[in-house]
Amino acid sequence: MKVILVAIPVISFIFAAVNGRMGEMSESILAKSGEAVELVISICGVMCFWCGMMKVAEKSGLLEKLSKLLAKPLGWLFRGIKRGGRAAGLVAMNIAANVLGLGNASTPLGIAAMKAIAEEEGSDGIASDNMIMLAVLNTASLQIIPATAAALRAANGAEKPMDILPCVWIVTAYSLFIAVFTAKMCAKFSKKRVLK
Amino acid sequence: MTDYIVPTIVVAILVYAAVKRVDIFAAFCEGAESGLKTCAEILPALVLLIVCIGVFRASGAVEALTRLLTPICNAVNFPADAVPLVILRPFSGSGAMAVYNEIAQQCGADSFAERVAATLIGSSETTFYTLAVYFSAVKVKKTRYAAAAALSADCTAWLVCGAVVYAFFGASC
Repeated sequence: MKVILVAIPVISFIFAAVNGRMGEMSESILAKSGEAVELVISICGVMCFWCGMMKVAEKSGLLEKLSKLLAKPLGWLFRGIKRGGRAAGLVAMNIAANVLGLGNASTPLGIAAMKAIAEEEGSDGIASDNMIMLAVLNTASLQIIPATAAALRAANGAEKPMDILPCVWIVTAYSLFIAVFTAKMCAKFSKKRVLK
Repeated sequence: MTDYIVPTIVVAILVYAAVKRVDIFAAFCEGAESGLKTCAEILPALVLLIVCIGVFRASGAVEALTRLLTPICNAVNFPADAVPLVILRPFSGSGAMAVYNEIAQQCGADSFAERVAATLIGSSETTFYTLAVYFSAVKVKKTRYAAAAALSADCTAWLVCGAVVYAFFGASC
């Protein structure tokens, strides 16, 4: 992370100098700081709503039920996650929201799940295998109906915007498989495994 | 049909909680407060990360990388017009949409390049944004192999996308 935080600005600076785009770079530093705030504000309301809902689901025991129901597949992806625990339930909800394409709901649920994993395993500033698995699943698009892509196609006059559906499914399946496989392999061969 | 999903989940959670005699209002407020706290907590790290991503885009490094990738794209049947999308996709959702619109207007709707571009958008995410948000939330500084694994998904999508669309629709552009 430290390396990336230095490398990206330095590389960008060199490119901006060579391309004569220092003006754009300077502008983007200010504009993007604002954008980060906008992003947080834009998810803040939904974040509160879903975190509130999940607390209700947790207190009623619904979350525990769901996490027990999905314990098997989750147990394979997330080694050592507590069966019927809060983290497992939130992870299940996050994955479900992703699959259903509820973009607005999946981020707050994912963040809540991430924190729950950190609570369960203890956190020392180094990502655990389970944290990485959750993040990787969220960077691979899991949604069944690619709503954004379809909307873009419709806006540009595609005859049947959804006719790419089988293509999207096949490509998603491929990339998801590779991502999970890569994460599992890295977890196996890296030194630090699950925090306890 | 998909309109039913969110309301159904909300109603189901509330009804189940009511049956189990949970103090719904108190529980909701408790959870919502933690959501608000999380938002405030992720902001500082997110500002730095999003500025990094934005600066990288603005510097023109994307175009240079595009030129580098063109030979590989030719080899895997990925249309030349869609190459900038490959680089931009992990960094910026709105950037990817802008490139898509350009492709659709240049090559026409339902063309090979347009379909490949839409498929790529539909089957990938803004990887770096997602990683930034998720790891900011737990204050993780060392992300280990997270970026490598996440990018392996993007690379796979890029490499197979052209061939899959070709298999379904042929190359008509």
